[in-house]
Amino acid sequence: MTMSCREFVEFLMAYLDDELESRERQVFEGHIEDCPQCVNYLDSYRETVRLGREICTEDESVPSDVPEPLVNAILSARRES
Amino acid sequence: MAAEPDPRAEDRALLVRLRTGEEAAFEELVRSHGGRLLAVARRFLPVEEDARDAVQDAFLSAFRALDGFQGEARLSTWLHRIVVNASLMKLRTRRRKPEQSIEDLLPSYQEDGHLERPASPWRSDVLHEAERSELRQLIHEKIHELPEGYRDVLLLRDVEDLDTDETAKLMGLSAGAVKTRLHRARLALRELLEPHLREEAR
Repeated sequence: MTMSCREFVEFLMAYLDDELESRERQVFEGHIEDCPQCVNYLDSYRETVRLGREICTEDESVPSDVPEPLVNAILSARRES
Repeated sequence: MAAEPDPRAEDRALLVRLRTGEEAAFEELVRSHGGRLLAVARRFLPVEEDARDAVQDAFLSAFRALDGFQGEARLSTWLHRIVVNASLMKLRTRRRKPEQSIEDLLPSYQEDGHLERPASPWRSDVLHEAERSELRQLIHEKIHELPEGYRDVLLLRDVEDLDTDETAKLMGLSAGAVKTRLHRARLALRELLEPHLREEAR
């Protein structure tokens, strides 16, 4: 049994999440061996996930100061509530 | 050598002061967590005023819920969930601008199931490039080009690190729908990034 590139793309996340049955997994890995383009696809899919995570969370690693007006707004809203 | 401060003990000490209503304790909580929470809110809400509103809403709900906080999670984790929720609520009061359909952003195929545009290798070193701020700008821009229902799932799962069930609950979706949306959002984001990140694009 073989799979098309379309099916490969469809099952990509399930493969990475280790949610494929062993037979499906074999077919999926068989496609990887035969299709260099899908290897590129798999790599760039992984890179997309990694970039999203790393780039978006790095602004947190240097904790920014809270803007003073926001601190005051929160504290006075609390006193009024 | 002095022992590392125990963050849970610090949380507990602050909680005691918060529960007695000590003004300085509230200020301490806002100052120590506010910056990070604002960074989270900004990911969902590109308009600064909306992001600040969400942070304010989050702190006010947190203050109200203090008595129910059991201390099983870190204060920072608890506040993170609250600000994510507040940001989603805020988003629902904004919107709905017409947006591109996710279908238009997904890869297309030839009749025999091959990709219409063959996938090329990407540059291997993008994260180490000097133009990091350009890269950051690009990723933010492209994430915000995703249709909102897909973008929010991608942010919750891949960036905020919520699991499928938590995301499903917050979005009012089934777990299956969250998985489908996450996969499609990643595929669409990959398509949007490819012209900029493939090797030949250098």
